[in-house]
Amino acid sequence: MNTETVLFVTLAAVTLIPALGLIFLRDIVRAAFSLLMSFLGFAGLYALLGADFLAASQVLIYAGGILILLLFGVMLTRREPIQVRSGGRAFVVPGILSGLLVFLGSVYVVQNTKWAPAMGTVKETTSSIGRELMGRFVLPFEIASVALLVALVGAAYIARRDEGEA
Amino acid sequence: MNLLGPIGLSHYLLVSAAAAAIGVTVIVMKRNAVAVLMGVELVLNSAALNLVAFSRFVVRDVTGQVVAIFVLVIAAAEAAVALAIVLNLFKNASSIRLDEADLLRE
Repeated sequence: MNTETVLFVTLAAVTLIPALGLIFLRDIVRAAFSLLMSFLGFAGLYALLGADFLAASQVLIYAGGILILLLFGVMLTRREPIQVRSGGRAFVVPGILSGLLVFLGSVYVVQNTKWAPAMGTVKETTSSIGRELMGRFVLPFEIASVALLVALVGAAYIARRDEGEA
Repeated sequence: MNLLGPIGLSHYLLVSAAAAAIGVTVIVMKRNAVAVLMGVELVLNSAALNLVAFSRFVVRDVTGQVVAIFVLVIAAAEAAVALAIVLNLFKNASSIRLDEADLLRE
């Protein structure tokens, strides 16, 4: 048991156990905060993989932004304390079955594929990510920024359409 | 695949697979639209974890991390649009239970 193993097991537990809470917790606010823990676990795994910039972005964007957005969604649409019920008995078996299907399928693929490991090590990531974004990935970068702009303007428009015409 | 050896690619892929499976289970099981969105976020996160793991163990450069940043961007856009749709659904149907959103069926 070296340090990396201990860290990995801890972070995997921090990622997966709160994610399970998403299935079992009935109060949606608790589920949201459980998801926050899971996002932080993902950030830790990124850091363990040497992706420091991505870990920071994960904390900023997911834990800071998307979770707040989800909580706003909860607050703006709640009448009484919301109990998240699963979709009745009819959905439990299909839900678990589809989860198992995804998991077992992925395990099968992971077990039966030879990934070719390459040589060389990754140095500091932030500057090389910036260089890649402005070099090889400049077109996807611009497309993503336009897509983000359009999505946010569209979201604002959809969310408050009733003021003008309807 | 040697799970007991040093931490390698398959460990990360297994964690990612488990997260994706939990996300899919949430998407299928839950009736609350916001809860379903949380499941979608979990699946997106597991995809990004896969990209970073491949970037670290297979490609050994930052390509996977750059693509994971695009996943983050698209996830943010998706969350914003989906929540706007959920708010509209709430305005029209006074409920965000997905099994009650059947206006088109009638």
